[in-house]
Amino acid sequence: MRPNERFRPGFWTWFFALILAAASVVTVLRYWKGLGAVANLSDRFPWGLWVGFDVLCGVGLAAGGFTITTAVYVFNLKRFRPIVRPTIITAFLGYILVAVGLMYDLGKPWNIWHPMVMWNPRSAMFEVSWCVMLYLTVLALEFSGMVFERLGWKRAVAIQHAATVPLVIAGAIISTLHQSSLGTFYLITPGKLHALWYTPLLPWMFYLSAIAGGLAMMIVESRLSSRALGRGLEMPLLMSIGKALFVALGVYVTARLADMAGRGVLGEIFTGSREARFFQLEMAIGVILPMALLALPAVRRNSGRLYGAALLVVAGFVVNRLNVSITGLEGAQGGHYVPSIAEGIITLMLVGIGIAAFGLAVRFLPVMGEVEEPELVASTEPLPTRVLAPVPVRS
Amino acid sequence: MAFMPNPKSRALLFDVTRCIGCHACAQACKESHGFTGTGEETELDASTYTVVLDKGDDRYLRRMCMHCADPSCASACPVGAFTKTELGPVVYDGSKCLGCRYCMVACPFNVPRYEWSKPVPVVRKCDGCFERQREGTPTACTEACPAEATVGGTREEMLAEARKRIAENPGTYHPEIYGEHEVGGTNVFVLSPVPFEQLGMKVGLGTEPLPNLTWAALSKIPKVVGVGAVGLSAIYWITHRRQDVAAAERGEKE
Repeated sequence: MRPNERFRPGFWTWFFALILAAASVVTVLRYWKGLGAVANLSDRFPWGLWVGFDVLCGVGLAAGGFTITTAVYVFNLKRFRPIVRPTIITAFLGYILVAVGLMYDLGKPWNIWHPMVMWNPRSAMFEVSWCVMLYLTVLALEFSGMVFERLGWKRAVAIQHAATVPLVIAGAIISTLHQSSLGTFYLITPGKLHALWYTPLLPWMFYLSAIAGGLAMMIVESRLSSRALGRGLEMPLLMSIGKALFVALGVYVTARLADMAGRGVLGEIFTGSREARFFQLEMAIGVILPMALLALPAVRRNSGRLYGAALLVVAGFVVNRLNVSITGLEGAQGGHYVPSIAEGIITLMLVGIGIAAFGLAVRFLPVMGEVEEPELVASTEPLPTRVLAPVPVRS
Repeated sequence: MAFMPNPKSRALLFDVTRCIGCHACAQACKESHGFTGTGEETELDASTYTVVLDKGDDRYLRRMCMHCADPSCASACPVGAFTKTELGPVVYDGSKCLGCRYCMVACPFNVPRYEWSKPVPVVRKCDGCFERQREGTPTACTEACPAEATVGGTREEMLAEARKRIAENPGTYHPEIYGEHEVGGTNVFVLSPVPFEQLGMKVGLGTEPLPNLTWAALSKIPKVVGVGAVGLSAIYWITHRRQDVAAAERGEKE
């Protein structure tokens, strides 16, 4: 399929156009009349959907970027190479969209550069600002290789290639720091956040769940990219990711429940409170159900079912982040926060831009045709037999 | 070493048993800061730094910034817009602020307010009349109080005064000083005839400054960077060495 071949706007295109039109109205109102004119934020709930979803989920679900690059370039698991580039694109887009989202959520977004010169190392927000800035740079450099290749700049490609491993290691460290620090935000709220979520290990929980969420996103985006390119999925690879996802969820749920048992709050799960119900929802759709599904070979081998299980994990991840940032605080703050339609529109706009930009990127950039480094040798493992698309391995 | 609030910093003591609910403090606060309003508001907002709440049974409670000795807002702010001054008040510099509102999430007393309806908003909260106190003038609320329900002095003086009142009238007071130990100590104290939770005040906040909780995680950053860089480089070397060896062995066989 050639790019530019045809353009037939379907339902989703029209829907996206509508969202963009509405979002431009919201944008004008937000900058003209202030945050209160468009958002249901208040002194009681200063953080809402834009922090809970756009930032916490946007960053968390982009964790695939550092997970897969570390697996391939540091742990030398070469068979995952074909999905490195789609994953880097997802992560890069994800972080860019987080930055765009902050343009709406921050009260004075034009001061976003202040943490670079006004330091407060005691602040988790200071650390996250720095990490996000640094990691965006790392992702831009990782992403640049694809652009250089597309443009045919051989020397730039060579330089970018040489820098890959240091970049990957830096990316892994920076990601570890800020994925966990998003959890650190809430360590300062022991009197506010419900015991089902508050734990001194919150940074660990955010880190472990981000790895699972990132793996699930890889399965989701593989499906999206295979659709965009009209080609088959790398099923053996996706099956491996499915297995890895099962393990990541297992580690996460074990840590989570062991910590809750240690703090003696397991009983809170069954109190029937509003918080307990949201906790059950988060665990059921994000951990228990997908683990049960992924344990079945019949699910792992079928791309549609695997996709379904991955979507559940992503949904559960989103519920978890919203529980920490909204549900878990409602009891202490009194009352409920429900996002306004305008907040929803901006969030939908960001998701829409993400999906559209991802589709464009996989069409126009050399995403699948990964150029192998000459010194690399073929994997010693036998090639899987039921490959739908050729896995690019050279001997 | 355990955290110690500065005993010489300026503090306020509010006594529920003395307050007559006249709202003079809230009115004086409004005037002093140039805000409009009656002073009879029941909720803090961007132009209401203190309120007097009717808790029934002729009991009135003031709500305002507690001016923590180790404030959560100051530790949370990514750009250090909040400062715990030597003098005592916790002050805020809106020109630094980028509007992330983490201070509002972090404050255990839910004090900071935001200018939600302004296109260029800042955070608003009681500044402890920093400018007045720096010149040796009492806070506007202290000066306005006709019943000496709010009095000012150094932190150690206010604590001594509170202890004296409890000792002299043990039947009148709940035998604790709110703010003496809460979240590591505050520069605003409350004396009450009944346990504090009966007035809707936050209890069970612990005696440790809350910034310690985030610092427990943040202080590990250098270690994560060091271990991560060395560990990942080592793993890289091992996995690629293994591959080189395997390649060499294959080469020998052929």
